[in-house]
Amino acid sequence: MRISTLGYSIKQGFKNIGRNKLFSIASVATMAACIFLFGLFFSIATNFSYMLKNIETNVGVTVFFDEGLDQASIEMIGQEIVGMTEIVKEVNYVSADEAWESFSNKYFEGNEAAAEGFKNNQDNPLANSAHYEVFVYDIDEQDSLVEHIKTLDGVRKVEQSQQASNTLSTVNRLISTVSIIIILILLAVSIFLISNTITVGIAVRREEIAIMKYIGATNFFVRLPFVLEGIIIGLIGAAIPLVVLYFLYQQAVTYILDRFSVLQDFMNGLLPVNQVFVWLVPIGLILGVGIGLVGSIITIRKHLKA
Amino acid sequence: MITLKNVSKSYVQGSKALADVDLHIDKGEFVFVVGASGSGKTTFIKLLLKEIDPTSGSIIINDQQLERMPRRKIPKYRRGVGVVFQDFRLLKDRNVYENVAFAQRVIEKPTKVIKKRVPEVLTLVGLAEKYRSFPKELSGGEQQRVALARAIVNRPEILLADEPTGNLDPQNAVEIMKLLEEINSRGTTVVVVTHNREIVNSMRKRVVRLKKGVIISDEKEGVYVED
Repeated sequence: MRISTLGYSIKQGFKNIGRNKLFSIASVATMAACIFLFGLFFSIATNFSYMLKNIETNVGVTVFFDEGLDQASIEMIGQEIVGMTEIVKEVNYVSADEAWESFSNKYFEGNEAAAEGFKNNQDNPLANSAHYEVFVYDIDEQDSLVEHIKTLDGVRKVEQSQQASNTLSTVNRLISTVSIIIILILLAVSIFLISNTITVGIAVRREEIAIMKYIGATNFFVRLPFVLEGIIIGLIGAAIPLVVLYFLYQQAVTYILDRFSVLQDFMNGLLPVNQVFVWLVPIGLILGVGIGLVGSIITIRKHLKA
Repeated sequence: MITLKNVSKSYVQGSKALADVDLHIDKGEFVFVVGASGSGKTTFIKLLLKEIDPTSGSIIINDQQLERMPRRKIPKYRRGVGVVFQDFRLLKDRNVYENVAFAQRVIEKPTKVIKKRVPEVLTLVGLAEKYRSFPKELSGGEQQRVALARAIVNRPEILLADEPTGNLDPQNAVEIMKLLEEINSRGTTVVVVTHNREIVNSMRKRVVRLKKGVIISDEKEGVYVED
């Protein structure tokens, strides 16, 4: 194929879109909605995965001891855990007093009376909450570590971050499922609309196509502008939502971290925009071009038989 | 050049549009194929363009057997056959230059060649001055000349003209026929399908008469007389 042919076909592709404005706009709009939703769910899903990972590694495992266990036994347990150097990254001892201090700072900050009221003249409401915080290198090792610690003498309870991560996993799965269904529906609508747009384009150019064939145009030459039309619609339909999402994402991250500082504290915040879009942009564009290609090729096969 | 052997064509309804037609046209000939409507003229043109295939018989053009030609070879075959129609079939949204250039664009000629060749043929058909006009700004005769320019721009060996003067007044009709003669004199085989008696009789070329799908006469320097 000559470069001039490609240039000619691209020009014709744009011309088709121009001649057929309403249909083209409808196609681009649906495609944009499809890619927008895809991008939205993609951003949410990747952030959930990111949070999940952070929660898992940051919260770690909490080891509580039998009531009234003496300090020496506690230290023995500590040494046992620290000894597993291949799995354990860090072990912190938190005494009951420290646990209370941290708790009251967090929940009764600037309200000493309330803290005292909660304490209700006990020495320390969290008297049995002395514990080790154990962090692992690899989250996959956590389960076996927990099993091992549970077998140690004097250990009352081992808490894992599983609850939080399980909840997030469930939410993540739900969002993924819902988004996949919505995206599939929009995908079908996009393909349908592109197909309609190109059908109208072919109808408008019937005479021209007939003349082309009399003159000796190959099928490839006749079809190329319509394929390119689909690709162009796909590209525009993908580029618009990606740009919008890029700015929206930055705004959303700032807003969310502002409102829910807990996210920042516990989960290392949200993914920076570039880290999400380095994947989202190519995937979105490929999706757009793919939808355009599929839409145009089905139509051409149907209406431009050799 | 063009050989039809026992060619018959029936459409679905059963009646034969062409029946056992034998015809040979040499390279460089100028031939009129004449007859009333329903005589099989249009079927004849469609067969030569390989728009349709014969029900039986064989069509050989430039040593290629049309009914055996695979679909993918049709475009290349058609590049060797120029065609003009009664209704011109120009692209209304493109000017004269673009309409002619289109034929070269379609067969992927380089832009450099197009820029040289299109003005040449427009000069030949006498429309060099009007290259920027759009079809609706031209008379019928001028539109047919654009169509002719488009048909010959790729230097086909055969030029088929389907009622080329059907929509033209006598003076324009004569002009078009002169052009066809000019094109023929440069070596192109010209086949004109028509029912315009004055034109045929004034030119004294080979005349093949069709009636109800059968050749009823084939004369050199013939005339078109009442059926």
